[in-house]
Amino acid sequence: MRRRSRLLVLLAALSLVASVFAKEAVPEASDPALEARMVRITSELRCLVCQNQTIADSHADLAVDLRRQVREQLTAGRSDAEIIDYMTARYGDFVLYRPPFKGTTLLLWLGPAAMLGGGLLVLAVVLRRRSRLSPDAFEADDDDLVSPSPARDVGHA
Amino acid sequence: MIPELGHLALWLALGVSLVLGTMPMVGAARGRLDWTALARPSARVLFALVALSFVCLAASFAGNDFSVLYVASNSNRLLPLHYRITAVWGGHEGSILLWLLMLTFWTAAVAQFSRHLPDAMSARILAVMGWLSFGFLLFVLTTSNPFDRLFPAAAEGRDLNPLLQDPGMVIHPPMLYMGYVGLSVAFSFAVAALIGGNLDASWARWARPWTTAAWFFLTIGIALGSGWAYYELGWGGWWFWDPVENASFMPWLVATALIHSLAVTEKRGSFKSWTVLLAILAFSLSLLGTFLVRSGVLSSVHAFATDPKRGLFILAFLVIVIGASLALYAWRAPSVGLGARFSLVSRETMLLGNNVLLVVACGAVLLGTLYPLALDALNLGKISVGPPYFDTVFVPLLTPLVFLMGIGPLARWKEAELPDLAKRLKWAAGSAVVATIVAIWVHGGIGIVGALGLLMAFWIVASVTTDLVERLQPPAGTRVALLQRARLIPRAMVGMMIAHLGVAAFILGVTLVKSGEVERDVKMEIGDTTEIGDYVFTFRGVREVPGPNYRAAQGTIEVSEGGRAVATLHPQKRIYTATQAAMTEADIDTGLTRDLYVSLGEPVANGAWIVRVYYKPFVDWIWGGCLIMGLGGVLAATDRRYRQRAKKTVRTDALGAVLGTT
Amino acid sequence: MKRLGFLIPLGAFLALAIVLAVGLNRDPREVPSPLIGKPAPSFSLTRLDDPQTSIALADLRGKVWMLNVWASWCVACRDEHPLLVAFSKKGLLPIYGLNYKDQRDDGSAWLMRMGNPYQASLFDNEGRVGIDFGVYGVPETFIIDKTGTIRMKHIGPLTPEVIATEIEPLLKKLNA
Repeated sequence: MRRRSRLLVLLAALSLVASVFAKEAVPEASDPALEARMVRITSELRCLVCQNQTIADSHADLAVDLRRQVREQLTAGRSDAEIIDYMTARYGDFVLYRPPFKGTTLLLWLGPAAMLGGGLLVLAVVLRRRSRLSPDAFEADDDDLVSPSPARDVGHA
Repeated sequence: MIPELGHLALWLALGVSLVLGTMPMVGAARGRLDWTALARPSARVLFALVALSFVCLAASFAGNDFSVLYVASNSNRLLPLHYRITAVWGGHEGSILLWLLMLTFWTAAVAQFSRHLPDAMSARILAVMGWLSFGFLLFVLTTSNPFDRLFPAAAEGRDLNPLLQDPGMVIHPPMLYMGYVGLSVAFSFAVAALIGGNLDASWARWARPWTTAAWFFLTIGIALGSGWAYYELGWGGWWFWDPVENASFMPWLVATALIHSLAVTEKRGSFKSWTVLLAILAFSLSLLGTFLVRSGVLSSVHAFATDPKRGLFILAFLVIVIGASLALYAWRAPSVGLGARFSLVSRETMLLGNNVLLVVACGAVLLGTLYPLALDALNLGKISVGPPYFDTVFVPLLTPLVFLMGIGPLARWKEAELPDLAKRLKWAAGSAVVATIVAIWVHGGIGIVGALGLLMAFWIVASVTTDLVERLQPPAGTRVALLQRARLIPRAMVGMMIAHLGVAAFILGVTLVKSGEVERDVKMEIGDTTEIGDYVFTFRGVREVPGPNYRAAQGTIEVSEGGRAVATLHPQKRIYTATQAAMTEADIDTGLTRDLYVSLGEPVANGAWIVRVYYKPFVDWIWGGCLIMGLGGVLAATDRRYRQRAKKTVRTDALGAVLGTT
Repeated sequence: MKRLGFLIPLGAFLALAIVLAVGLNRDPREVPSPLIGKPAPSFSLTRLDDPQTSIALADLRGKVWMLNVWASWCVACRDEHPLLVAFSKKGLLPIYGLNYKDQRDDGSAWLMRMGNPYQASLFDNEGRVGIDFGVYGVPETFIIDKTGTIRMKHIGPLTPEVIATEIEPLLKKLNA
């Protein structure tokens, strides 16, 4: 810790001098397009030693190592798909936050659409069945007891 | 002594909850007024006992009593007092006690404000809530006692997790729990009505303000959690579709469906059994959330330290409570009446459309959250389901919902005409499209999804405006002053409009931040600058500052816009004394149209640091929108309809009908 | 018929409850290895005790061997190590260590203190070979057969039960 305080004192002294040499900060990454791919890929990969975090956001050692791997592969010209394959070959589908579309995940990916379709179908069937019933099956209406209201009956919530 | 008192209070509460659960219920069935009369006082005593227990635990924290195991695990002498109190709910045992405090509070509140209900009904409602308390008390006393002693007492506590030493921790869990637990009121109303066989429109009117209140707390609670994650976690995100986040979002979706469904049931008496089912479902999802967070079946930063015995208990509790109520539903619901008629195109149908979309959305979230668990349980492999999945399936469900949000309030009850609606809404539709085009042109390119988001937000605003303008028109042939017309709009209607505008603000915030946010990781030496748009960030170095229970390396970054100084930001990297745990604190310059967000990365050679800089346009509209939604909820819940004691006369009804307000 | 519809929520819930009950016994964070039954990744690493000498995967062809991932900074490895030392004395198969993300001095000193069950330890300072094997935590143990195929992976410290019920029967099968 003493080393750190000394470092900070040195910093303070240097800052007086360094302002003369102020410049545009060096981005961590040299190539913005590459960086964009880096962010996109690493934010879809799970940090396996964390409690539900991506390797983009985690400070864990393994996350740092895997980020370095991704960066090296990107620089070497690999495609996004190749990098994903690299990861799943070693860690399985568990490492992907975007579950692959395969037999076992068919229900997962198609489920919401199926539920929507099913829900709307049930709604349609129920409404049709209701419209076929005679008026006696229903309860008396408040509105039927009062005289019909003028042009816009907006009612309340 | 105090911990023992707290412990004893819980045992007494267990007994009282048993009395509350049984005698009023039997009394209501047998017509024994002396037994039903036990409900209200029992509810109050139950709350008093649990409150006493809570106070004892808080006192143990305040007094640094490290002979209590829970206190020793979650607190520390250096922890400031307000965080010592907050630490009461920093771990599993204490947070369950907080849950119980809320549950018994809502029970006592129902006891207090249910005098207008028939005695048998309120007795049954309170009895059901008594059973819920009994279950949780049994859970605490057998598996999660916060008052367990530690022999020999620890000299010093293990400290509260540094991530939780934050104002967010003070308010987010209490608000969230008020929401979760508040849904138990609607649940109890539903079960009581099923048991008693008296499910009519007045049931919906009684249940509504309670449900809206719970929805309000849940909305605020989730918004607070999201906002806290945003400024605390240092990576600028605000929603990760984490299992625990989903566990709070699912009841919210169903609760939103419920408050809309209650509107139909109250107004028209229709779809009573569906509303009852939603009420059971909403609280069931709260309980499911409790299970997911505390059982260890899902991996999450939010998950409590787990113990399989606890998981099993909660699961058994879940099966009993939800299983029994759904069985009761299957038995009693078929004989519930159909309510009033309505045609295919009507406000009722649109609200049902709202319900279908919200329930399917909840189903999608549930599917994504539990799918990995199901696959693993069936030995079909192990997968992860994260934001890429949820973002993909959720947005398409949201879009038709927002579309309906514009039409529904304008549609007439019972029977509406599509051509009429189209005519009334064409201005809204047109102006929404124009506004979107203008916004894209000003913003400069936003993508298809972004354009859709803008269109949705503008559509809501335009349709709410249309609704408001229509209501402010004097009825044909009369000349009523504008202000008078405005005052005649029911508060619940105003609440609805405001809440919907809140949704628009939320969508706008999400759309603009997702399409326009900029993140930059830069290595900065002292004096270095980096630019995002017109903003210039200058790094002025890092120095050490002490805190109450930590030491921090504090950076200074000056921000200017066009030469004019805008803000000086001080992100920190803290080391907490007790645990030597490290934590990154970002610093944010909040603005109406943008946030400027800076956090420190790692130090590198020569005094330089890796600094992460974010530009987040309109991000605060996300939580602002939620607050506005909440405000709408408060207005809706406090409509005079619910505060009135006297019954309405037919004359008032007729007058109201003429003026279009009843 | 209509009555049956009202039972759907209950039925769906009970199915869910069963899934949750089974899930209680699972560890949501354990990562099963996709490499079981696949060829071990090729590697060439220097020995921990001798930076001049390397060992490659090809050198280990023709025999069944165990790869144990360890590090001097790993707490759980301390629990496992005495068991590993005892097991190595049985001479059932050669054990090679993968010294993962460690320093040479620390690793060597640790072995000297705790005992050395390994034929040799491979020095994987950057953890790259570990990533190739799908290592995500320490300790982990692999069994690789004569053709260089990974046949088993155990995550976490070895226990007598695992050795008796999983490893030794597997060895019998692979050596047959």
